[in-house]
Amino acid sequence: MTTADRQESGGTDRGLRAHLVVERPAFRLDIHLSVAPGEVVALLGPNGAGKTTALRALAGLTPLTDGRIDLAGTCLDDAADTFVPPERRGVGVVFQDYLLFPHLTALENVAFGPRCRGASRVEARATAQEWLERVGLGELAGRRPRQLSGGQAQRVALARALALQPALLLLDEPLAALDARTRLDTRADLHRHLADHPGPTLVVTHDPLDAFVLADRLVIIEDGTTVQEGDAATVTARPRTDYVARLVGLNLYRGRGDGHTITLSNAMTLATADTVHGDAFVAFPPAAVALYLNPPEGSPRNTWPATVTGVTRHGDNIRVQLTGGPGAASADITPAAASTLRLEPGQRLWAAVKATETRAYPAS
Amino acid sequence: MHNDVPSAARPSSTGGHQSSTVDRRPTRRRTGRLVPAPLVIPAALALAFLVLPLVGLLVRAPWPTLPQRLAESEVLEALRLSLVAATLATAVCLVLGVPLAWLLARVDFPGRRLVRALVTVPLVLPPVVGGLALLLLLGRRGLIGQWLYEWFGITIPFTTTAVVIAEAFVAMPFLVIAVEGALRGADDRYEEAAATLGASRWTTFRRVTLPLVAPGIAAGSVLCWARALGEFGATITFAGNFPGRTQTMPLSVYLLLETDPPAAIVLSLVLLAVSIAILVTLRDKWIGSPA
Repeated sequence: MTTADRQESGGTDRGLRAHLVVERPAFRLDIHLSVAPGEVVALLGPNGAGKTTALRALAGLTPLTDGRIDLAGTCLDDAADTFVPPERRGVGVVFQDYLLFPHLTALENVAFGPRCRGASRVEARATAQEWLERVGLGELAGRRPRQLSGGQAQRVALARALALQPALLLLDEPLAALDARTRLDTRADLHRHLADHPGPTLVVTHDPLDAFVLADRLVIIEDGTTVQEGDAATVTARPRTDYVARLVGLNLYRGRGDGHTITLSNAMTLATADTVHGDAFVAFPPAAVALYLNPPEGSPRNTWPATVTGVTRHGDNIRVQLTGGPGAASADITPAAASTLRLEPGQRLWAAVKATETRAYPAS
Repeated sequence: MHNDVPSAARPSSTGGHQSSTVDRRPTRRRTGRLVPAPLVIPAALALAFLVLPLVGLLVRAPWPTLPQRLAESEVLEALRLSLVAATLATAVCLVLGVPLAWLLARVDFPGRRLVRALVTVPLVLPPVVGGLALLLLLGRRGLIGQWLYEWFGITIPFTTTAVVIAEAFVAMPFLVIAVEGALRGADDRYEEAAATLGASRWTTFRRVTLPLVAPGIAAGSVLCWARALGEFGATITFAGNFPGRTQTMPLSVYLLLETDPPAAIVLSLVLLAVSIAILVTLRDKWIGSPA
């Protein structure tokens, strides 16, 4: 156990504490995770960041190369002598495509776990029926997976994982396989069930909305390492990587702060109302960027010549992608404003952001 | 067979007659592409080569006396023995072969490639050699056979048991290969899901893996049974040729050819009928559309 591992033991003994290291050719996952009982943590990251690898390591489907997993005071894997196989971990998993056993009914699927844990056939079926009713599928107990809709299959998979009363609940992209409409209902539903789960819960997702709705806390990983951690408010207000900034819809730059001025690596300076010194981030929302055909005069403190690289609809507004000045930037403008600018790729414009609309915060 | 070329090309020339068929021409033209003669002629010959001998069998069959010949006790005895032995051999192959297939498909043990190669040996080995090998192992003076005889008074060669063993030896690879293929094709993440639900590997095998690969096991069993039914070389070497005890249908066919050729044809027809029935059973598996 390293010092870092020990520091994570802040939570009570019922929770999850893990230092996950999994090495594969050309990839290394190395993250620390701790989830308190009753807490829902979202592991958020782009494809290939190592989210699923982390989930598999916690479930016991992939052994650790290094590190350690402690759950409810028991070591599950220390990358050396101890390795508790998946069937003895008490870790419930809702897989991305659910993996409901196609030859069993919904009821038999949910009863599978209790049955493996030694419950009698009658007990296991009673438990399963109870869980199906809790997820609102009591009447569909006799259906086979192929007779269920995506949303129903998702709920059966959740019931199957919860029927074990798992010491840790893992969900892999629980809503990714659903269409937009079903997703909305299922997300709200899932939020309720996760809130009821007394043990620690980890949701793996690449969808920031799922993460914001379902989780109490976000852990964002890129290329196998944690890049940011915190509650939704902190992460949305102070993104620390381009990926996170894109997720939360902010323009983000890094530079050196000197009071109210931040000098970026390309020598451009941005003025900000915040006070920062040293290595710092500066962020502003696309809606704060105003576009002009001619160099603007007056109040905006940050202006730069920019070139349009793309124009898309964004809700009721027009999103304009720009290069130049601080780097790639997005600007949201109204259709009325857009009509006066003759927007097309290659068009040269002036962009402006008020200092009061930027946020600056230390990078280290 | 040669007629295929012009007939396939015909639709494109007749397609112009009616306006309603005009817009279907592009797809018809594609199916009507000319097939080169250097491919068509050998292909037709190959088909004729495979089919004509069977036609000969049908033509020369003693159709008028067929019912009474089938009812002869000798024929019925051979048929009964063949069916019983092939079924028992298939059962042996299932009990031993499915676990072996699972091991090959799911467990990464040292020497797995070698084991897989060994399993396929009886596939390519001449059956007579297989029969001789069985004799050297299980014969009264064989490696294991001498002890069986000495301790238990058991003699295996030239018994119905020997027929079953010979057939199982030759047919097992068919089952193992078919089931291993089915296991490799099955999504092993279902097994991972079962593990996270607390299922041991044995429970997972019984309750998840077996039901998922059941169609593959069924197909493998049918193939295995068909191979066992037709077994000749290993059987005659290891089990000999005793009517009612070890004389299966293929052995009867061979011997009757000397004494009573029409009877040999009748038995061959029965075997042909069984083969066709198997083909029909498995049509979805192997001769359905390759897509």
